[in-house]
Amino acid sequence: MNDRPHARHLKGPLPWLAAALLLPLVLGPYHVALLGYIMIASLVTLGLTLLTGVTGLVSFGQAAFVGMGAYTTAYLTTGWQLSPWLTLPIALLLTGASAAAIGAVTLRMSGHFLAIASLAWGISLFYLVGNLPWFGGFNGLSGIPPLTLAGFDLRGEVPMYYVILLCAAASFWGVLNLLDSRIGRAIRSIRHGGALAESVGADPARLKIAVFTLAAMLAALAGWLYAHDQRFVNPTPFGIHMGIEYLFMAVIGGASSVWGAIVGAVVVTLLRQVLEDTLPALLGQTGNFEIVAFGILMLLVLQRARQGLWPWLVERLGVRRPASAVAPMAMPSIRTLPARGEPVLSIDGVQKNFGGLVAVNRLSFQVEAGGILGLLGPNGAGKSTMFNLISGVLNASAGEIRFLGRRIDRLRSRAIASCGIARTFQHVKLVPSMTVLENAALGAHLRGRSGLVRSVLRLDRAEEARLLAEAAHQLERVGLWAQRDELAANLPLGQQRVLEIARALAVDPVVLLLDEPAAGLRYKEKQALAGLLLRLRDEGVAVLLVEHDMDFILGITDRLVVMHYGQKLAEGAPRDVQANADVQLAYLGAE
Amino acid sequence: MDLSIFGFLVQDGLATGAVYVLLAVCLVMVFTVTRIVLVPQGEFVSFAALTLAGFEQRQRPGLAWILLIAGGIAFAMELYGAWRRRTRRGLAVAAFSFLALPAALSAAALAGNALPWAAQVLLTCAMVTTLGPILYRVAFQPMAMASPLYLLIAAIALHFVLVGSGLYLFGPEGVRTAAILDGSTEILAMPVAFQTLMIVAASLALNLVLFAFFGFTLLGKALRATAVNRRGAQLVGISPDYAGQVTFALAAAIGALSGILIGPVTTIYYDSGFILGLKGFVGAIIGGLAAYPAAALGALAVGLLEAFSSFWASAYKEVIVFTLIVPILLWRSYAHLTVDDDHE
Repeated sequence: MNDRPHARHLKGPLPWLAAALLLPLVLGPYHVALLGYIMIASLVTLGLTLLTGVTGLVSFGQAAFVGMGAYTTAYLTTGWQLSPWLTLPIALLLTGASAAAIGAVTLRMSGHFLAIASLAWGISLFYLVGNLPWFGGFNGLSGIPPLTLAGFDLRGEVPMYYVILLCAAASFWGVLNLLDSRIGRAIRSIRHGGALAESVGADPARLKIAVFTLAAMLAALAGWLYAHDQRFVNPTPFGIHMGIEYLFMAVIGGASSVWGAIVGAVVVTLLRQVLEDTLPALLGQTGNFEIVAFGILMLLVLQRARQGLWPWLVERLGVRRPASAVAPMAMPSIRTLPARGEPVLSIDGVQKNFGGLVAVNRLSFQVEAGGILGLLGPNGAGKSTMFNLISGVLNASAGEIRFLGRRIDRLRSRAIASCGIARTFQHVKLVPSMTVLENAALGAHLRGRSGLVRSVLRLDRAEEARLLAEAAHQLERVGLWAQRDELAANLPLGQQRVLEIARALAVDPVVLLLDEPAAGLRYKEKQALAGLLLRLRDEGVAVLLVEHDMDFILGITDRLVVMHYGQKLAEGAPRDVQANADVQLAYLGAE
Repeated sequence: MDLSIFGFLVQDGLATGAVYVLLAVCLVMVFTVTRIVLVPQGEFVSFAALTLAGFEQRQRPGLAWILLIAGGIAFAMELYGAWRRRTRRGLAVAAFSFLALPAALSAAALAGNALPWAAQVLLTCAMVTTLGPILYRVAFQPMAMASPLYLLIAAIALHFVLVGSGLYLFGPEGVRTAAILDGSTEILAMPVAFQTLMIVAASLALNLVLFAFFGFTLLGKALRATAVNRRGAQLVGISPDYAGQVTFALAAAIGALSGILIGPVTTIYYDSGFILGLKGFVGAIIGGLAAYPAAALGALAVGLLEAFSSFWASAYKEVIVFTLIVPILLWRSYAHLTVDDDHE
């Protein structure tokens, strides 16, 4: 469906970089300086894209981080005569540490709290810096030294342009690397619910703080460049209005892609220039007309094209994702599967109360290796609650859950995932903007080690190739190999459910917890799913299946546990359970 | 600091705090019903004060332009929607609230300079209140289903539009409206200005009115139902568009009254609304954007803190008030660990 024979293809960012390198040869100093300014802004916007578009967080306070970077170098180079090359790491570390602290406070709450808090700190820092005498008050600091390199003075539009270009290119390269890595996949999953990241063993809270810190450091880099480019700082360019404008750039450009950051920076900066030049003359009065125009533009973008300009451009230019060059190869298993018939999961007298309601009442059963256990029951019987208790989403009020002899009923979801218990979701949770292969590779999160820094610097390639090969292996196993380069969003529901199973298999699980995997599937798809589950069972995986589709569950399970009003109504082989009078009563109301 | 200064600061803090309470309560109300963090709430306040001051200084009412233009756009959007859906339902109401009412109020405003003071106040409140639903229709209704984050960005964009227009229409000068009540009385051997008493009393009364509205009227209950569950409310016949417009009318009305109350005690500029609104926010966040009494108490605390910090360290007034948000968020983040956007 992506094949559009007549579309022109954009051949990666390199031709654009080459063009950017050559531009100062044809442009005058004014336009070179303007381009430099746009690239500095695009650095801030790049951080915001990571925050907003990728992670689903919004910050209006990025300008404050730009200011932090700019003021750090301004203060240390003018007051302490430090070299700008020394103040760069200081500015980055200082801003990063502040952001980590702010993030730790705000990121635990839902998204709009960070946004509002960012407004507050944006204003607070603006007034603080404006009033502190060391920083020159609202007049600012001047006389910031230019950058020098091996004796060469880098002042002037063209040398600074190349410094900025280098920093911007390196930053975009790093962020692209990050997004295309183990950590990047986990980061991209966060906005689709923390439960998804937790289910593969990632820690969404820590990842959010990491992204927020990274975005702040990109802003600080922009600030450092700004200070040595302008060689003068005052609080105004770092105030709350600029913070809002950076966010506008990210949204207008299209926050879902890093390239939207450049588009947004270009459009907003040029538009500002044009508006500032023409509007006052047009209206015969000076004033803040450009913010009216920006506001209206922003409202239109939000109402008509919330994805921003980049997706629209992509459609026009026909950019295509390159096909993945990966061959399926299983990674060595990190766990030894227990012997067939050995109990792996023991639920012992588990109870869950919600206030006065007893959702699960003293339930006990066992899941054995190489077997499929069905957990059956009418709506409201407590099946999903039981499922959530095992997968660590909820904590039991009483009783014990043991996995291979180890108590797990107090562990969080991600710790449970790291034990080797993988799950799927009743309402499919995939990252729609990632390919099928990437979604499967998300499951292998805990089988890699590379962290954020290694990912940014592309030192993780050998491991990354192994993870992707493992993901490819799981896709082959479940029969989705042909769809590997498709976006997950484009799969039909049946295949999305199967993809969730592939992702769960990539965890290298001892137990597979499946929450209504047959819901919404057509007959053929159900048959294929049943075949897959039987194969997995024969390979020695233990499966716990929560379902209320009788036909499906009777056909494939070895044993059934029937729940009713939170209690166990019956347990046994499917035939016996089917004949059980209590079960028939609960299901059919038969006398 | 002696006792008289302390008393004066408490008075000052209570007066501004009482206005922040109104703003905080509005923000909580608008957020719960529409999921919009109404950043332009402050603009209702500043535009009301500026409009009333305009009447007092015999200037042309700038707000009329915003009303007429935004109202025209709102009606055009209604027309377009009606044309696409091939129905004329709702057009009469839209024509009234987006065209006729703004036109009538603007006409009245042209003669506003000659009106008695009370009529000027009424007219100001009516104009700002009319603006509320118009803004909801134009800015938010087309994207009402978007996530709170996008709605927040839209709110900021709308704030930009209003502030930019405010500078054009009202000019850069700050205004103070004439004192509503002169003189003072003594409470606990301390002189207390009538103005202060009136602000506190008005704020209290408005809060009671709101409480009664949400607790006892059908419309109030409908709004609360929308706040709890939009889809559910829609299914039982409460239009979310209608709920949004009513909520915005309420928020604008309370904002306008706040502007009338605060106008004589604080100099208001075209862009004062932002900071005022944000201080209401700091209060509202204490209530987690959900609880009314906590938000009101928080806003009162913000007023007092501001009064005292402007005495001790006036240059750092804003810094102190807005840094307060950090410990509050810290406290909330530990008190409410389960807050997560993720709902199955």
